[in-house]
Amino acid sequence: MQRTIEFLVGLLFGLGLILSGMTDPGKVLGFLDLTGAWDPSLALVMGGAVAVGLLAFRLARQRERNLLGGDLHLPPRRTLTPRLVWGSLVFGAGWGLAGYCPGPALVSMASGQTQGLVFVAAMLAGLLLYRLLDRSRVRSAQATAQAE
Amino acid sequence: MTIDWTHFTPWTSLSGGLLLGLAAALFILLSGRILGITGILEGLLPPRRGDTAWRLAFLLGLFAAPPVFSLLAPAGLVAPPRIEAGTGTLVLAGLLVGLGTGYGSGCTSGHGICGLSRLSPRSLIATLSFMAAGMLVVYGLRHLY
Repeated sequence: MQRTIEFLVGLLFGLGLILSGMTDPGKVLGFLDLTGAWDPSLALVMGGAVAVGLLAFRLARQRERNLLGGDLHLPPRRTLTPRLVWGSLVFGAGWGLAGYCPGPALVSMASGQTQGLVFVAAMLAGLLLYRLLDRSRVRSAQATAQAE
Repeated sequence: MTIDWTHFTPWTSLSGGLLLGLAAALFILLSGRILGITGILEGLLPPRRGDTAWRLAFLLGLFAAPPVFSLLAPAGLVAPPRIEAGTGTLVLAGLLVGLGTGYGSGCTSGHGICGLSRLSPRSLIATLSFMAAGMLVVYGLRHLY
């Protein structure tokens, strides 16, 4: 049952990405091009998504279990950190370069677009690099703590 | 700033956005999970026992979207994608997105859709940051040369 739900959610999300135009880098870049010929479409995408999301998360936050009685994996509230900001700035820069963010790139790849495939491969490499760098940072912090 | 009326697609974009929101809503309410693509991918690097099947199921659904869309949607509903970036740019962009979403703990779906829907101040800051960076880069590439 859960696997089916997850599959359908993924499908719905992918369909939403295609319909909304998010899988069209030209459209995304058109939104990010504020001073040029501005395509406001993405604002409507986000607006529509968050309008529905607000209702859903308001309901979710009041509950301890999800509607099917299973676990609710809400992320713990964490403090604002520099790495959140830096990471988001770097992500945004990459987004502005090619007009792809993770979800749309995966869908683009699945449609047979080689550009999507290239981007996804590089993105996975970037994620792995983050993992390596982060793990070595954690290890050196632990070593420093042990030495003290 | 001028409005790009040729490419502005208010109805399909709004409808698509509603679908995205619906997907996120169903995910949190029926599966109890945040619909964040970066988070879903990161959990597969490396795959952990008991925590892999749901991620693969979701991704399978995502990959099924293009053929399903072609079957269901009337021809010409959505314009074909315009991709300008060459291989070098795509590789650099991908690396930045992978690295950035790692450190930033999320992307447009995790922070932009779910985070804002949860009224998370962290996600608001994250979203404003990646929007600003994206806009700056596009400005630089399109208007500073």
